[in-house]
Amino acid sequence: MSTQATPAPPAPAPPAEICCKVTGLTKAYRSGRGAKARTVLANGDISLEIRRGEVFGLLGPNGAGKSTLVRQLTGLLRPDQGRIEVLGHDIVRHPDRAARLLAYLGQESTALDELTVSLAVETTARLRGLPHPAARSERDAVLAELALEPLAERPLAKLSGGQRRLACFATTLVGERPLLVLDEPTTGMDPVARRAVWAAVERRRADRGTTVLLVTHNVIEAETVLNRVAVVDEGRVIACDTPGGLKALVDGDVRLDLVWREEPPTHLPLVAALAPRAAVHGRRWTVRTSPDEARDLVAQVTGGPAFAALDDFSLATPSLEDVYLLLGGRHEGLVK
Amino acid sequence: MSTAALLAPRAALFPSLGAVYRAQLSRARVARIPLLFVATFQSLGIMVMMRGVVTTGSADAVAAQDVVAGSTVLVVAFVALNLLAQYFGRLRATGGLDHYATLPVPAASVVLGTAAAYASFTVPGTVLTAAAGCALFQLSWVHLWVLALVVPLSGAALSGLGAACGLLANRQEIATLLGQLGMSAALLLGVLPPSHMPTVIRWVRDLLPSTYGVEALARTFAKHPDWAAVAVDLAVCAAVGVASLAVATWAYRRAATRA
Repeated sequence: MSTQATPAPPAPAPPAEICCKVTGLTKAYRSGRGAKARTVLANGDISLEIRRGEVFGLLGPNGAGKSTLVRQLTGLLRPDQGRIEVLGHDIVRHPDRAARLLAYLGQESTALDELTVSLAVETTARLRGLPHPAARSERDAVLAELALEPLAERPLAKLSGGQRRLACFATTLVGERPLLVLDEPTTGMDPVARRAVWAAVERRRADRGTTVLLVTHNVIEAETVLNRVAVVDEGRVIACDTPGGLKALVDGDVRLDLVWREEPPTHLPLVAALAPRAAVHGRRWTVRTSPDEARDLVAQVTGGPAFAALDDFSLATPSLEDVYLLLGGRHEGLVK
Repeated sequence: MSTAALLAPRAALFPSLGAVYRAQLSRARVARIPLLFVATFQSLGIMVMMRGVVTTGSADAVAAQDVVAGSTVLVVAFVALNLLAQYFGRLRATGGLDHYATLPVPAASVVLGTAAAYASFTVPGTVLTAAAGCALFQLSWVHLWVLALVVPLSGAALSGLGAACGLLANRQEIATLLGQLGMSAALLLGVLPPSHMPTVIRWVRDLLPSTYGVEALARTFAKHPDWAAVAVDLAVCAAVGVASLAVATWAYRRAATRA
């Protein structure tokens, strides 16, 4: 007797659990005084969903509205319109609940600057509701995890920018929260400190399913650590997908960077023809084109008289910066 | 979205007040010592200057008492009013309040813990000033224990005022200005004997919370202090302290969640 196994149809993937849901979020503020006052739209009708356990990024240049969005999510700022739900709680109606659901790393450390690293972390743990012994043991564990023990007794104000940032990051890890909101956490950090940050984040994701909302204007960081990213420009989300999904939008194109020694030799017909197509940043020209044409251009530039004026050149696959530009983002502001 | 997640517990008032107090107190080691020195030095300097005008002995006894008491409470005004206004002003202007505002702590614990720390910063300076003043003007040391009441109660009144000024000011410079003005008023109206002042100025002096700390301390230099009057003065300090700290707590909530 034989039985024939009938392959069961693949079960539909369970819908990802939502950690944070933002709907129609709008925030405007007045800038200037008297007759010169004008209304600036910091966030315009933003909607997005962050899934539990993912590292979700907000990518955009300075002034794009990322921090305003985050301040609303953390209950620090009340939106003019829209709805914010964090882990099932309405944060617009109950902003005080945000502190009991998430840990926030802002851009400023003035509240902690004159404390030692050890006391800053311990005090934050106490203020997150931990009893004394638990606060101390969490402090010790986090300082060890981030290799901050040698700096433990030094005041934050006397540390380098990157070390201070790492100490502030340590304060977000004590008193466990299911959501970490990190506003440019690795600014000024050396590669060792950056690795410590991302290792600590990854550990919490793997062990506890912690969700991370990361604000950044660093393209490389966004491509490396994010599961999904919302590209923000002038207060609006202009795209939201995985970094790979977004880069697929510009698939096929490559980026050719030419760095001139001094002034570009625009008297040469090849260089003169490239000039209108190039995005110019000082001595660097960036041209986006097809791989075939890029290869051809490299051959012509490196094989002809223009090569003498060339300091460096590179050919790269598309980055999130290219996506950002394709989607109509402003040119400056992202860090490569 | 699935059912709402459990909220982490809030931090209770007294443990978080204690944590803020301890953290703030530790700042004295890092940043406040030069200014605490200035506060004491200023009061000692004023007493030395006044010693050139006010003689010791019975002729100028009341004036000497006012000078020493005024200079002593001036240390409290310098630190608890002026420096605290500047501290909260800076914290508000630079976004430093966000750190506390995104922690589940009662607003009162941040304000009271910080105010208590600033009042504590004044203890060495007030004791030194009062002791030096007693030596300089030959006043009795017997009732200096009253500093144990004058410092915390006038500290509460002035630090509440300082915190409220710092948190209500919409620009850091305004907070600094208010703190400086408050301290200057305590200096100009607190150190000199009120009997020499015009009536209108005395009314203004009566409006200053520091005046009641000065008067309470000054009365205790007498051979037979009027303890009832001392108690009334201290009660005024306490009442102003409660009111100003309540205003400061409200101002903190407003500043921390400004929309």
